[in-house]
Amino acid sequence: MFINNDVTKATTMQERHVVQPHEAGHPIILSTEDLHVFYGKKEALFEGDLQFGSNQITALIGPSGSGKSTYLRSLNRMNDRIATVTGKIMYRGVDINQPGIDVYEMRRRVGMVFQRPNPFAKSIYDNIAFALRLRGTTDKYALDEVVETSLKQAALWDQVKDDLNKSALALSGGQAQRLCIARAIAVKPDILLLDEPASALDPVSTSQLEDTLLDLKQHYTIIIVTHNMQQAARISEYTAFFNQGRVLEYDTTSQIFTNPQVQVTSDYVSGNFG
Amino acid sequence: MKTKTTQQLEQQLKRHSKAAKLEIWGRTVSLTALLLIVAVVVAIIGFVASKGIATFTSNHVNLWDFLTGKSWNPNITDANGKPEVGALPMIVGSFLITILSAIVATPFAIGTAVFMNEISPNKGAKILQPVTELLVGIPSVVYGFIGLSVVVPTTRAIFGGSGFGILSGTCVLFVMILPTVTSMSADALKSVPRYYREASLALGATQWQTIYKVVLRAATPGLMTAVVFGMARAFGEALAVQMVIGNAALMPNSLVSPSSTLTSVLTTGIGNTVMGSLQNNALWSLALVLLLMSLVFNLIIRLIGRKGRLQ
Repeated sequence: MFINNDVTKATTMQERHVVQPHEAGHPIILSTEDLHVFYGKKEALFEGDLQFGSNQITALIGPSGSGKSTYLRSLNRMNDRIATVTGKIMYRGVDINQPGIDVYEMRRRVGMVFQRPNPFAKSIYDNIAFALRLRGTTDKYALDEVVETSLKQAALWDQVKDDLNKSALALSGGQAQRLCIARAIAVKPDILLLDEPASALDPVSTSQLEDTLLDLKQHYTIIIVTHNMQQAARISEYTAFFNQGRVLEYDTTSQIFTNPQVQVTSDYVSGNFG
Repeated sequence: MKTKTTQQLEQQLKRHSKAAKLEIWGRTVSLTALLLIVAVVVAIIGFVASKGIATFTSNHVNLWDFLTGKSWNPNITDANGKPEVGALPMIVGSFLITILSAIVATPFAIGTAVFMNEISPNKGAKILQPVTELLVGIPSVVYGFIGLSVVVPTTRAIFGGSGFGILSGTCVLFVMILPTVTSMSADALKSVPRYYREASLALGATQWQTIYKVVLRAATPGLMTAVVFGMARAFGEALAVQMVIGNAALMPNSLVSPSSTLTSVLTTGIGNTVMGSLQNNALWSLALVLLLMSLVFNLIIRLIGRKGRLQ
């Protein structure tokens, strides 16, 4: 796990290599500056300075405990009651990591899907209408429409359109996870955070989920934590490599996988550790 | 044909080792304990049932008269020569006091449980948990005594009359069942998986919306079990209720008129009757009603639990 300094020098590998995205048509929508996360006194994330281009998929990879999930959860302040997060999270020019930000309003714009499919013990329809109803939408037609478009975007509509009133708990793992995506996009967020969304799914469901994410890219900016390097290579434009609480490398996905500049990244993506 | 080594091996494998013997011994001990408990429960039910039924078999009281009669006075017979053993006032009193105390206690219990679990888990664990446990440990005679010296005079001052009655009983029972319902409600909330809360928060729900729309809904079977459990406790509580209810076997015509419950009549009367007499048998019949109701409460708890699991 430890890199021998001599080897690093010998191979002229850098210790850290970050290239922020700068593509025409994909302006930076979210960025973090000097982000640190502490669980009690223990620092779990030492610095995360990343920028995310809109309508792109960015993958966060790295070994277990590298801080990638911690980083992701901080982006929509899900760590609020668990950890101390310092630094700036700039969302369209506004620091959303400052006191006085209405986190509930913010989370409507920055949605999140979790590792384990977690539909509520309600009907499929009620699951998706949940967030809208919280905001006071009671119009049946408006709700119907959002349920339909969300399910279509999540590629679940054809399978469940006749069972909207059935319990969401009866869905298979892959369907349930797509339901969670549909539920998250029902409020039309800007950014979708996904925390290892496919790790509990079988290969077929995983591949369907990836197709869905590629479709969703047109409408949403997607940041995905994944343990599956092939998945990152398949769907993302940019990839950040986390190790021991630090971002060691950030670049286009093809660069990370074909020409990594940091020794540890190279070891990780070639399967030598992790 | 078996070779010598296979024979040896067979011998070794077939020999009962020390561990295998211990296994059998352990099973025997725990099975005996179980059978003993079952025997005790069956004996209690059988005994109460046989005594309770005697009122109807050997004293020839009509079951319907017993359940609906409004006058309880086993010592005298009415104009038709039938003994006055109408248990309705006590049955009504028991149910009234149980339901009222459950209605009053439930919002407090669920509110406390929500605070302990969702809003301030630290303070909940440090302060409320020990307080709740302490409340469970206080003997019921202490509750009754406090009821007698505080609640009854207060009721008297506010509503007039003697102060004894269902209202005072409700106040005392409220405090008595509160810890049970609270700690069971807290357990029910604790069993709601964390990812439910996360899902709701990530969708932009506030903490209160999450509690109200997700956590409480998911915990409903558990919360109902907690309330029924509290009701079962209230229904069976004897001493504290007896001290504040006034013990008049009359139909309660108001919440502040002296009345009685099944348990209070039992505790006051059972020592003053002769075994085998009608007076004694009638009390056993009340005990049978009480026992059957406990079984019903248990059944309800089971049913709710099963329904909750299926979801």
